[in-house]
Amino acid sequence: MRAFVSLARAMFKGFLRDRTSLFFTLFFPLFFIIIFGTVFSDQGAAKQKVELVGEVPLISSLPADARAGLDEVFQLSTGDDLGAAVESVRKGDLAAAVQQQGDTIEVHYSAADQVGSATVLGVLNSFIGQANIAATGSPPKYTLSQQTVEDASLKAIQYVTPGMIGYGIAIGATFGAAMTLITWRDKKLLRRLRLAPISTASVVGSRVVVSLLVALVQLVIFIGVASLPFLGLKLTGSWWMAVPLTLAGTLAFLSIGLFVGAIAKTAEGGAALANLITLPMAFLSGAFIPLEVAPGWIQGVAKVLPMGWLVTGLKDVMVRGQGPGAALLPIAILLAFSVVVGAIATRFFKWDKA
Amino acid sequence: MADTIVVTDLVKSYESKNAVDGVTFSVADGEFFGILGPNGAGKTTTLEMIEGLREPDSGSVSLLGMSPWPRNSKLLPRIGVQLQASAFFEQLTAREQLHTFVDLYGQSMARVDELLEMVGLQDKAGTRAEKLSGGQAQRLSIACSLVNDPEVVFLDEPTAALDPQARRNLWDVLRDINDRGKTVVLTTHYMDEAESLCDRVAIMDNGKILQLGPPAVLVRGLDAPVRISVEQAVLDADSARGLPGADQVEQDGSSTIITTRTPSPVLSALAERDALDGLQVRGATLEDVFLDLTGREYRA
Repeated sequence: MRAFVSLARAMFKGFLRDRTSLFFTLFFPLFFIIIFGTVFSDQGAAKQKVELVGEVPLISSLPADARAGLDEVFQLSTGDDLGAAVESVRKGDLAAAVQQQGDTIEVHYSAADQVGSATVLGVLNSFIGQANIAATGSPPKYTLSQQTVEDASLKAIQYVTPGMIGYGIAIGATFGAAMTLITWRDKKLLRRLRLAPISTASVVGSRVVVSLLVALVQLVIFIGVASLPFLGLKLTGSWWMAVPLTLAGTLAFLSIGLFVGAIAKTAEGGAALANLITLPMAFLSGAFIPLEVAPGWIQGVAKVLPMGWLVTGLKDVMVRGQGPGAALLPIAILLAFSVVVGAIATRFFKWDKA
Repeated sequence: MADTIVVTDLVKSYESKNAVDGVTFSVADGEFFGILGPNGAGKTTTLEMIEGLREPDSGSVSLLGMSPWPRNSKLLPRIGVQLQASAFFEQLTAREQLHTFVDLYGQSMARVDELLEMVGLQDKAGTRAEKLSGGQAQRLSIACSLVNDPEVVFLDEPTAALDPQARRNLWDVLRDINDRGKTVVLTTHYMDEAESLCDRVAIMDNGKILQLGPPAVLVRGLDAPVRISVEQAVLDADSARGLPGADQVEQDGSSTIITTRTPSPVLSALAERDALDGLQVRGATLEDVFLDLTGREYRA
């Protein structure tokens, strides 16, 4: 027990004092959380830029709440020069230029930006429709009540955080295990330990415990920072299931790290191999980009990757409001993966370089 | 008393080449034993089989009356092993390294300071292992091999790549370990180191022991001539040739060098003439023994 604690302490101190490992396991994912969380805080399509040329009473006389609704989708500006405004539309700087002559609303838009122009036309049409109904003096017969489903805000931080937790845990565990194995073997520390009266279980167990501990530290820091007001992560119901998910994910990537450490001969080769495995996996698993917008084949690939299960499980419980049961299948798959890859790694394990 | 280490007809081959080819020797309790030879002679492989890191292809090893292979947990607490000066935990200070090893061996924390003092690293206790100089790192790794107060200490080329001053400082540490009654087995490719430290040396080349014995005996067995040199100003070559027992006389820039197999009459004749200024007497060394055994110049 004393040997085990001592080894774990030595490894943990080594981790905390190594700037490179700290950077990649903590600051790098944190950096992504902050960048994506702030830059894309206005989620959804950017507002359409619409210029009102001259007086447009239909819009300028709108009641405050209706005007606020319009401002949600349009970035309105005003001008007097129709020619200049149309030229801006042509260049793509404006989505549309709007003019009112008597009771006719004239919209100048570019067919090149179909989405933008369709948005503008649709919104303006509905405003005109409402204005027409209002002009008849009778109350509208149908009303549209809106209710969003699942993650209420759809802000970027909601999917960036689970993705980066998954990625951060993956590289932390993979590199931690691989580098310990490679450098200890290279420096003959492994052989030195083999000649000390300690069990192999102490050596392996301490590495596992340190990795689990590091992963929990990552989880706490990432969630803590993402929940700061300027990033505004909103956790849903059974987010605490992220803890067992994180632990299971750590074991899965520890086994990958042990495998890398067993077959790589040099630290450089091991780092390259670990990156070669974790980086593409991160892209294919929805860690960087939401799987929902990814092509279908990526969604399929994500189903066979441990990081895919980890990230999807984390999203389900942390931001999609799913119950604790949603994490059970990912946890089971991650644990099974750990056992299989761990067994393979054991077969390739060498105490010595020679 | 039974020998601490008994090695019988040890063989280990890699890719059909015999790295160790029928090695037999024994080491007595408390002895300082050296395995000497150039790189690739098979010294380290021999040592690793005795330590229990490698399985011999054939032959046997008995260490403290037990077999070190397979990994023998009864043996491990009784031996100390220094493998290489880099076998440290990354980013830990000298004190923390020792602390960790003391924990691994279940020893008392008081050992940490004792060992730091013993190898003269008190000033460097707070320095990370990566920042230690070559000599300091070697001393730390030796200290790590001593945490369990072992009966037998194995040192694999402890002074490799050190400057002469650091080597001599380390020799003092090693003598001190042996003086505490520990059996010490060391490999080295430095002839002077083996000569200065070891009670007995085994000279190895190409996986075989060429000769084994106390350094002085090996050197004497050569019956090699002694070279006596004095300042040219006190004795010129012609008068040197007239000395009794002088076999051959040469001159270099400032000295007259007399080669003789009977140094006593030469030296007393020199003393009579009061011609001892700058006197140097150089006998054969283990290097000469190696040259004699292999017919080739010793290259470490």
